[in-house]
Amino acid sequence: MMNTIDLENSDVTELNQKLHDVNGTKDKSEWQILNPKGRHNVAVGIDAPLKVKIDGHVGYYCAGMNKHANVTVKGNVGPGVAENMMSGIVHVTGSASQYAGATAHGGLLIIDGDASSRCGISMKGVDILVKGSVGHMSAFMAQSGRLVICGDAGDALGDSLYEAHIYVRGKIASLGADCIEKPIKSKHQKELGKLLKDAGVNDIDVSEFRRYGSARKLYNFDVDNVDVY
Amino acid sequence: MLEKIIKKYLRESATFPLPVIADIQRAARSGIYDIRGFGAKRHLPSFDDLVFLGASMSRYPLEGYRERCDTSVTLGTRYAKKPIELKIPITIAGMSFGALSGPAKEALGRGASEVGTSTTTGDGGMTPEERGHSDKLVYQLLPSRYGMNPDDLRKADAIEVVVGQGAKPGGGGMLLGQKISKRVAEMRDLPEGIDQRSACRHPDWTGPDDLAIKIQELREITDWEKPVYIKVGATRTYYDTMLAVKAGADVIVVDGMQGGTAATQDVFIEHVGIPTLPAVRLAVEALKEMDMHRKVQLIVSGGIRSGADVAKALALGADAVSIGVAALIALGDNSPEYDEEYRKLGTAAGYYDDYQDGKDPTGISTQSDELAAKFDPIKGGRRLANYLRVLTLETQTLARACGKSHVHNLDPQDLVALTMEAAAMAKVPLAGTDWIPGKNNL
Ligand SMILES: Cc1cc2nc3c(=O)[nH]c(=O)nc-3n(C[C@H](O)[C@H](O)[C@H](O)COP(=O)(O)O)c2cc1C
Repeated sequence: MMNTIDLENSDVTELNQKLHDVNGTKDKSEWQILNPKGRHNVAVGIDAPLKVKIDGHVGYYCAGMNKHANVTVKGNVGPGVAENMMSGIVHVTGSASQYAGATAHGGLLIIDGDASSRCGISMKGVDILVKGSVGHMSAFMAQSGRLVICGDAGDALGDSLYEAHIYVRGKIASLGADCIEKPIKSKHQKELGKLLKDAGVNDIDVSEFRRYGSARKLYNFDVDNVDVY
Repeated sequence: MLEKIIKKYLRESATFPLPVIADIQRAARSGIYDIRGFGAKRHLPSFDDLVFLGASMSRYPLEGYRERCDTSVTLGTRYAKKPIELKIPITIAGMSFGALSGPAKEALGRGASEVGTSTTTGDGGMTPEERGHSDKLVYQLLPSRYGMNPDDLRKADAIEVVVGQGAKPGGGGMLLGQKISKRVAEMRDLPEGIDQRSACRHPDWTGPDDLAIKIQELREITDWEKPVYIKVGATRTYYDTMLAVKAGADVIVVDGMQGGTAATQDVFIEHVGIPTLPAVRLAVEALKEMDMHRKVQLIVSGGIRSGADVAKALALGADAVSIGVAALIALGDNSPEYDEEYRKLGTAAGYYDDYQDGKDPTGISTQSDELAAKFDPIKGGRRLANYLRVLTLETQTLARACGKSHVHNLDPQDLVALTMEAAAMAKVPLAGTDWIPGKNNL
């Protein structure tokens, strides 16, 4: 059954409350949200395998802390889409503002357009696939998970990176402190191939990407590294 | 003989006293700044510089043990559907699992719950032990977001957005590799044994305008049930308080520069921020100016040790106080019982501040299973409950002496200052005068 909520006649709190009514269950119902018109905090805190389709642009923190749900935004998203997501899928058909997927622990975030600065900042296990390009400081302090960038990356990519894997197909303006290029082994090709497939990208080959990761030189304080601290 | 004469004329420099010389030598040896725990150690204007004017001819006191002096406090009345009700106006501040051992966190929960107050998580997430042993638990949202997840958010009784800490306003967290055990590493999604740096800014908001949206998100996720606190280190406290109110806080936590820490650069601890004394007054001034005093509750921390400190903070307008280091001392930190072991670490009972080191012989600030096993959470919890009871009794004693039937009825007019600095900072008159430095341009 399809439930439709028009944010022209209902507010975000009412909407979220309805979505939370099934939190903790295996409810798979479908929801369509109309007229989001840039509202903030749409569909945050879901904890059920719902299918949510948002028709239009949204503001900050859309699908924040998502668990299990499959949320599609037909439009652009403001800052912090899918922030701290735990699981599920968030798919943005347009572009994303800053901090997309910030600190997210799991799940898959797909952005069909571009993502702005700090995409995947402090990510903790999420997979993020950006079909376009990302802005500066993306994957800053990224701890784990994978960030796939089909386009270009801005300055200071992967600065102070921990164990996250970064794949970039296009140009990189510059790498951040402690981020280096690493060889792509077959296990990396496999994980990258699967991510591309999961995100529905069929026209790009894994061989077109380069891999970046942590040099692990900043993991423990060393007086000889003072110039980069 | 000759030696005696020489000793007589040895003169320590005021500019380069022995600790300063030792610091320079340490820096030259190691090439890294000194990182330590505890709070500021230098002398600062403090609540000690204020005294109460007990009741006398013009007002009458309340009878101890007979006439009630209430200590209850409700936090989060502005927006939360479920505000927090505490029996005493003293809460346990956020100290992370990681900085502290599992049994120490458990003891904090036990002690606080026994006397009807709350504890707080910290940088590193919520542990089941801590949730299980804390009747009321405040869950911190920090820049690192280690262990942050919506399930724990919903399990919490309140949410505290940490903007800063008194020990290091403008600084991030640090947990050195020796404390990143397997469990800590897993909770934080990091490799074991690496120095872990927590960011100093939040990853997904930058100022009061988007913090307001962030807080709304937290409220949406938790269905507007939980009080949301904002914690700031004391610096530009007047403006920070106003901005926190604007951002939608239910409760503001102001942590003065004496505030404790688990691991921060000594230079940061001693030289950034303002003392708790002026911070309380600035926060109250801001709240009053916005007509939000008592509507948005104020919790004050940083160097609270006794019921006198509690009563003075409340008299200046705080709704409650919060304690960190004092709670650890109550658990057993720096206990003379461990002096011998402290000495093996090059320190002594009463001086220990190496919370960052993980070698704490009391088992409190460590992640070594062996050391942590030495700490008994039941006994520790009992000691903390005892201490909290004493703080409460002392606070009531002072409030009754001023004729107050609720500790919140204490007010600045019950206080005078012993020093000009304290008079200026707290804006109460210098004892024996009606002079408040700075007031009316005098
Ligand atoms: C061991 C230790 C760990 C701490 N960890 C945190 C933390 O994780 N998050 C936080 O906001 N404050 C932390 N603090 C600061 C306390 O929450 C509190 O602001 C401070 O201890 C109050 O000052 P006091 O120790 O003088 O009472 C920590 C303090 C100590 C002593």
